Amino acid sequence: MAADKKSKPSGFPGSGLAKGLAVTLRTMTKRSVTAQYPDVQPDLAPRTRGVIGLFEENCTVCMLCARECPDWCIYIDSHKETVPPAAPGGRERSRNVLDRFAIDFSLCMYCGICIEVCPFDALFWSPEFEYAETDIRELTHERDKLREWMWTVPEPPALDPAAEEPKEIAAARKTADKLAAQQAAADAENSGEDA
Amino acid sequence: MSDALDIVVRLLAVFVAFLVLPLVVGQTEHKVMAHMQGRLGPMYAGGFHGWAQLVADGVKFAQKEDIVPAGADRRVFQLAPAVGLLPYLLVLAAIPIGPRNAVGQSLDAGLFFVLAVMGVGVLGSIMAGWASANKFSLLGGLRTAAQLLAYELPMLLAAASVAMAAGTLSLPGILDSFHWWWVPWQLIGAVVFFVAGLAELQRPPFDMPVADSEIIFGAYTEYTGLRFALFLLAEYAGIVVLCALTSVLFLGGWHGPFGADGLGWLWTLLKTAVLAFLIIWLRVTYPRLREDQLQKLAWTVLIPLALVQIALTGVVKVVTS
Repeated sequence: MAADKKSKPSGFPGSGLAKGLAVTLRTMTKRSVTAQYPDVQPDLAPRTRGVIGLFEENCTVCMLCARECPDWCIYIDSHKETVPPAAPGGRERSRNVLDRFAIDFSLCMYCGICIEVCPFDALFWSPEFEYAETDIRELTHERDKLREWMWTVPEPPALDPAAEEPKEIAAARKTADKLAAQQAAADAENSGEDA
Repeated sequence: MSDALDIVVRLLAVFVAFLVLPLVVGQTEHKVMAHMQGRLGPMYAGGFHGWAQLVADGVKFAQKEDIVPAGADRRVFQLAPAVGLLPYLLVLAAIPIGPRNAVGQSLDAGLFFVLAVMGVGVLGSIMAGWASANKFSLLGGLRTAAQLLAYELPMLLAAASVAMAAGTLSLPGILDSFHWWWVPWQLIGAVVFFVAGLAELQRPPFDMPVADSEIIFGAYTEYTGLRFALFLLAEYAGIVVLCALTSVLFLGGWHGPFGADGLGWLWTLLKTAVLAFLIIWLRVTYPRLREDQLQKLAWTVLIPLALVQIALTGVVKVVTS
């Protein structure tokens, strides 16, 4: 009753009540928004933070991820190996070899700092989220499991139509063009000699 | 022998209707309310769109422990659900569904009987509220009592208008003398009767006696298990009875545009179903009234309207006769 008086003076008495009925009736005829998750997989955004994948071929054991992790949930073990000199008479080089890389997802807060901070593109977000376990210890994913998640990492989203070329592709193209030009010049010289 | 068989069949039919129709209304409420809120409602129980949800609920309630609070008035506490539920069964037996005596028990003072017994149903809530030894239950019970006092009067006045128009108190008799123009003639009475009935059933937007945000669950706070389920069933049985009664008194029951001979019962059911949908729709749409607004609505709006209807009925009756 009181609501009617507060609504616009032009409103017919009870028009607010009728409007309310219309809203619910209209909603009933529309599709409901309920996600039927176990039956229907959710439509996830491309950059969904589901689980972290490790591309271990790129990892140099620089430890930046483990150090930056606010939860200290990344465990890395490694040892050094010496590599024989590339050329005879050269110096031996030492190289880090990864022994263990594990992320404890029971501690992880999915901030993504490790992925941001990795200078060698060894860590990636994957949208997979169905890795619940009955034992909390199972949530510590070791390197083989983290490597498996890499297969679920989606392609990076396409660039805008007018966007600049990514730097590494530009550099690679420059080198390729230079090589091709050299090759062409050499060919031209050879054919010129033949003629 | 055939008389006894006749009685058994009638009672059985009423009993089956009493068990099935409230569940149908309840399931409809689940689904309609869900879709009006952009949800899906129950989807798993029974396999197809959760049709067996209320059966599953019943099984769940039956498994629960039946607790009586230590300080409660045991006898009254345990009796209350039956007092709340059984009157609706009795009322259902007196509501005609089709022409030619298609009624559980035809009564000469049917309208009087129906309204009197429906009032008893509300006593169940008052008993429950009083016997629970719980302040919230007591508040709920007192609110129920206040609501019953306020809304019984407009309901009776509106029903009296129909009885005046028909010149009889028998429900089949009222329907026998029904004409289509009674619907606009008794429209005000119909609205008053329906709204007052809604309030008597304590359905939203008149659910202050069970207002969960204020007094837990009113008179039913201390109930568990099967007794609680009986109160819920009473609410839905009440919806069925109120809708059937409104359609019989004001919408012409078995009278329809066509098929009045063979399909009369279908018209009654159809009108009842539409009214039940309306009750669910109102519940989803409107928020609860405040206790003082509730009383104000009854005493300053519904009762004057009912009196206007009676005056109108009297004038038309005198002019046409």
